[in-house]
Amino acid sequence: MAVAVEQLAGHIEQALDGRVSESQIHCGELTLVVKPAELMPVMRVLRDNEAFRFDQLIDITGVDYAAYGQDEWITEQASATGFSRGVDGFTTGRLGLTGIYGVHEIKSNTGRRFAAVYHLLSVALNQRVRVRAFCEDDNFPMLDSITSIWSCADWFEREAFDLFGIIFDGHPDLRRILTDYGFVGHPFRKDFPLIGNVEVRYDEDRQRVVYEPVSIAPRVLVPRVIRKDNRYADWVSEENRDDA
Amino acid sequence: MPEISSYTVNFGPQHPAAHGVLRLVLEMDGEVVRRVDPHIGLLHRATEKLAETKPFNQSIGYMDRLDYVSMMCNEHAYVLAIEKLLGLEPPLRAQYIRVLFDELTRILNHLLWLGAHALDVGAMTVFLYCFAKREDLMDCYEAVSGTRMHATYYRPGGVYRDLPMRMPHYQPSPKRSQKDLERLNRARQGSMLDYIEHFAAEFPHCIDEYETLLTDNRIWKQRLVDVAVVDPERALQLGFTGPMLRGSGVEWDLRKKQPYAVYDQLAFDIPVGTNGDCYDRYLVRVEEMRQSVRLITQCVDWLRANPGPVMVADHKVAPPSREEMKDDMESLIHHFKLFTEGYCVPEGEAYAAVEAPKGEFGAYIVSDGANKPYRLKLRAPGFAHLAAMDEMSRGHMLADVVTIIGTLDVVFGEIDR
Repeated sequence: MAVAVEQLAGHIEQALDGRVSESQIHCGELTLVVKPAELMPVMRVLRDNEAFRFDQLIDITGVDYAAYGQDEWITEQASATGFSRGVDGFTTGRLGLTGIYGVHEIKSNTGRRFAAVYHLLSVALNQRVRVRAFCEDDNFPMLDSITSIWSCADWFEREAFDLFGIIFDGHPDLRRILTDYGFVGHPFRKDFPLIGNVEVRYDEDRQRVVYEPVSIAPRVLVPRVIRKDNRYADWVSEENRDDA
Repeated sequence: MPEISSYTVNFGPQHPAAHGVLRLVLEMDGEVVRRVDPHIGLLHRATEKLAETKPFNQSIGYMDRLDYVSMMCNEHAYVLAIEKLLGLEPPLRAQYIRVLFDELTRILNHLLWLGAHALDVGAMTVFLYCFAKREDLMDCYEAVSGTRMHATYYRPGGVYRDLPMRMPHYQPSPKRSQKDLERLNRARQGSMLDYIEHFAAEFPHCIDEYETLLTDNRIWKQRLVDVAVVDPERALQLGFTGPMLRGSGVEWDLRKKQPYAVYDQLAFDIPVGTNGDCYDRYLVRVEEMRQSVRLITQCVDWLRANPGPVMVADHKVAPPSREEMKDDMESLIHHFKLFTEGYCVPEGEAYAAVEAPKGEFGAYIVSDGANKPYRLKLRAPGFAHLAAMDEMSRGHMLADVVTIIGTLDVVFGEIDR
């Protein structure tokens, strides 16, 4: 399988000749990174080229990289404070709090904040590939719609638009899909609070449903921790070392 | 006479045939459907965002609640993705248990689908038959995990615990005669494997029963044959997977083509349809139940012969036993860290897919090295299937819309996530 993936990576590099800006193999999976302008032609080649034949689009995902690598817990050295040091810090990595809690450094206009990740599957040749395209403008993320290449991109793109606010240029019917009618904001962005902005209840007096600012307080049960020592990952090799 | 132009019908979200909270806006031309606009998201719970704020293991329970009729298959995709990132290989026995439960789940799912589909189309009896049999499988869930539906049984690195040696019995009750009690408990005398074996032996006869009621039934065929025909090319374009794709004649099954767990060591066949209509998809699913029984029997035989651990011994991801904890400081620390902080997953991304009863259920995890996923995306088969609703319904009658919803096998837990 691993050999097949490397072969595929080689073939793709040949066929696309510089149009793929990055290609990685991780966990036996091939990931291509393409520039937004190259997305359409690359996808077309991936579908139509005899060596790839990615006849199925499995999934499109939006990803917001704004808080990537942010944690809330000092792991390098021991500290004198306890759990509170993980709870008091205000980072986007945790609950994506805005307002009084303040957003901790949303890196703006990096051109690397929003990405759409496409998973392709070739039923004919039994292979998979992942394509990632970063949106160039963080404030107005936009990509070309690939509904003309795979019909099922329609709803997947609507979902990415709804949850992340990525605009898909050329989409026939780019409406919200999962959130409520009249919803404001894009809830899966890292600066959108987990508890939401508004809550809904039925008002007896006014005889209708009313929207009000949320009344619940955000809570952190487990702080976000990043450990670089990776002792979890290579436990097998470590154990083998001990045996030796 | 005034000319009747097309008009719009609202269907759902509270409609018994909508299989949950589906709202359809149908543009009709007389009785003929011109356009369908499904409105989804009424059950959106932001599972993926919730998972971003919790350690990896604490989200396993959410997976059950996605496609709430094929619970363990969802868990399977999620734990496979984590295991991929961790580079973890669960013990063989755990993998057999997973396959066993995946297949029990497939039968659970198809039984509900069959019952509900038949009920929508007008056959009440099948519904009752199917639900009676589902109880037996729910009991397996309960015996192994303590809950009838939302099991939270799979863990990265194996399964939560080994199969029980004893099935729970029905207790005497004034509402139940002694004879009934004996009948109910007859299959429960031995271990869980005995119970499943008993189920696997009698279930094919039950399938025959369902088929007698439906397969050659004139009304059933009138409602299903040649409704919503999808040719293989369109099925691929529309992102169909699972029985929807196989019904259109594409021989594609992840269990065979990209085997996970121990599917490559078990014998089973992939049923494939020829016409791509609702009737073919019905036949495919019924045959899948028979194949599941085959797989279950093989798993039971293997599990009987091969006792062993069901969880990796690495206490960075799997909790130590209570006994170890009482004696061993190290184990106590492991336990504490695992349940307060969880484990950190190395930076990277992985996509793991399983052949869930409805199609390809995938979990895509982006990890930045933390104890929580940075982004979790769940690829639900029903989402792509429902998106094709418009194309499949155009030109059909209003009554066929119900058949088409049935054949899609939609569950809103996974579509709305």
